[in-house]
Amino acid sequence: MRDVSMGQYYPASSPVHRADPRIKLVILLLYLVTVFFCNSFFSFGFLTVFVLITIFLSRVPILKVLKSIKIVIIILVITTLLMMIFYTDTKSTPLAEWGIFHIYLNGIYAAIKLGWRLMLLVLMPTVLTLTSTPTELCDGLESLLSPLKVIHFPVHELALIMSIALRLIPTLIEETDKIMNAQKARGAAFESRNPFKKIKAMIPVLIPLFVSSFRRADELADAMDSRCYRGAKGRTRMKKLKAKLSDFMALLFWCAITVCILFLKYNWCGWAFIAALAL
Amino acid sequence: MPFLEFKNVEYSYVSGEDELIQALKSVSFSVERGEFVALVGCNGSGKSTLARLCNGLIAPDSGQVLVDGASTTDKSALFDIRKKIGIVFQNPDNQMVTTIVEDDVAFGPENLGLPPDEIRARVDWALKSVGMSEHAHSGPFRLSGGQKQRVAIAGVLAIKPELMILDEATGMLDPSGRREVLDVIKKLNRDENMAVIMITHFMEEAASADRIIVLDSGRIAADGGKELFKTPEVFESVGLDLPLYVRLARRLNEIGMDIGCPLSADEFAACVSAAIKGEGK
Repeated sequence: MRDVSMGQYYPASSPVHRADPRIKLVILLLYLVTVFFCNSFFSFGFLTVFVLITIFLSRVPILKVLKSIKIVIIILVITTLLMMIFYTDTKSTPLAEWGIFHIYLNGIYAAIKLGWRLMLLVLMPTVLTLTSTPTELCDGLESLLSPLKVIHFPVHELALIMSIALRLIPTLIEETDKIMNAQKARGAAFESRNPFKKIKAMIPVLIPLFVSSFRRADELADAMDSRCYRGAKGRTRMKKLKAKLSDFMALLFWCAITVCILFLKYNWCGWAFIAALAL
Repeated sequence: MPFLEFKNVEYSYVSGEDELIQALKSVSFSVERGEFVALVGCNGSGKSTLARLCNGLIAPDSGQVLVDGASTTDKSALFDIRKKIGIVFQNPDNQMVTTIVEDDVAFGPENLGLPPDEIRARVDWALKSVGMSEHAHSGPFRLSGGQKQRVAIAGVLAIKPELMILDEATGMLDPSGRREVLDVIKKLNRDENMAVIMITHFMEEAASADRIIVLDSGRIAADGGKELFKTPEVFESVGLDLPLYVRLARRLNEIGMDIGCPLSADEFAACVSAAIKGEGK
């Protein structure tokens, strides 16, 4: 069995893997906002180039990336097709029509943009989870949210809960397996074709699973108490996250990309900006 | 002043079937620094309750548990008590907090608020002491039971306690895993002068301790050194098995061959050869 707690992490040595998870999260946020400012094919293309460069730098094979968003791609294709056939544009004449379905040129454009935008929206988060371990992301999130401690937001507790949840997933899967086998040995019908029977057969699995989870939680709490745990109070960390110069450079770079997209959308200072760039 | 002292400790709890169970009845004993104590007894004799009383996970109904003079009922002393007494529990899976071995070992020292360099040094030392250095970066799920339990021991060890309690820590392991853990514990007791209370129902393990405490339905039935095995009745009367070599020696004694009271394979061999040579004369 694959180690579930590692998520879909793809181990490799690349600048993207080595980057500070905090910076990666900030860049992702910036990027997601930027995607919503893209409105022309040119700006989509512009952003896509940098996404592809990032994937290339991460040394994760592009097929691996696409495979991990397989289901999303299917949904995306369906959405795009639906958008194309149901788009109505009263001002222009349809290119083709069958009954209630009309295809307009603008409809095709809008559908492609929608599909492209969704694709961009799922690609980068996938790259993030492929290049950082869940633990790194947890630590990154804890560090990023730490200013919220001022308003008594339980940042440390939240990060610990996430970390324990991740750690317990494989244990619980194993446990479920064991209980299912035990129930099968007593004649439970998990293989029944009837979905209602199948759901009913899950009840004797879920109840022992809940009971044993509570027992586990109790034992874990005792073990944590015994190891001097007393919340965030006076706690230090062995692994301090350190943002390197290159991390800040990457952040700066992505800020520049965002600014470019904004210029493309709002046409600030007219195209004089482009002219200035050319000079 | 003894390091750990139980004074007339009583403890009862309500079981799942709403019965009041008196787990410990007027238990008194003390453990000194550097001692290696085995605590044996059948299921339900109060062994685990006793362990949980030691570091204040539960408080006694009456009587006192003193660690270095501080009572476990004093909430403000609990943190210091837990620094001095570490417990390793039975199921290694229920003691791990994180997904990476070294992060898990670091959990204790992190709670102590040590500087990062010191934590790093302790984690490396603890993993080395239990022989798990090469697994520092792996996930606990790729490890065997014995290895996982060694990681759990390292996690407690990194706090540098003066007393480590193993609450049936070898109970879920196979014989080789059990030997791994036992060897590590013996080494720590010898090299670091760390006191150990080993709770077990494997009599072979108990036989390797310097002192044995027998617990029977909440009372201390016997407390003494290895000489306890010379009077096997104390174990048999509470329903415990005797170690293999003690049983063998007893059989030999019965057929008229006096070979004393060996507790390990080596001792047994030495005793038997001595006896045979003695007869040859």
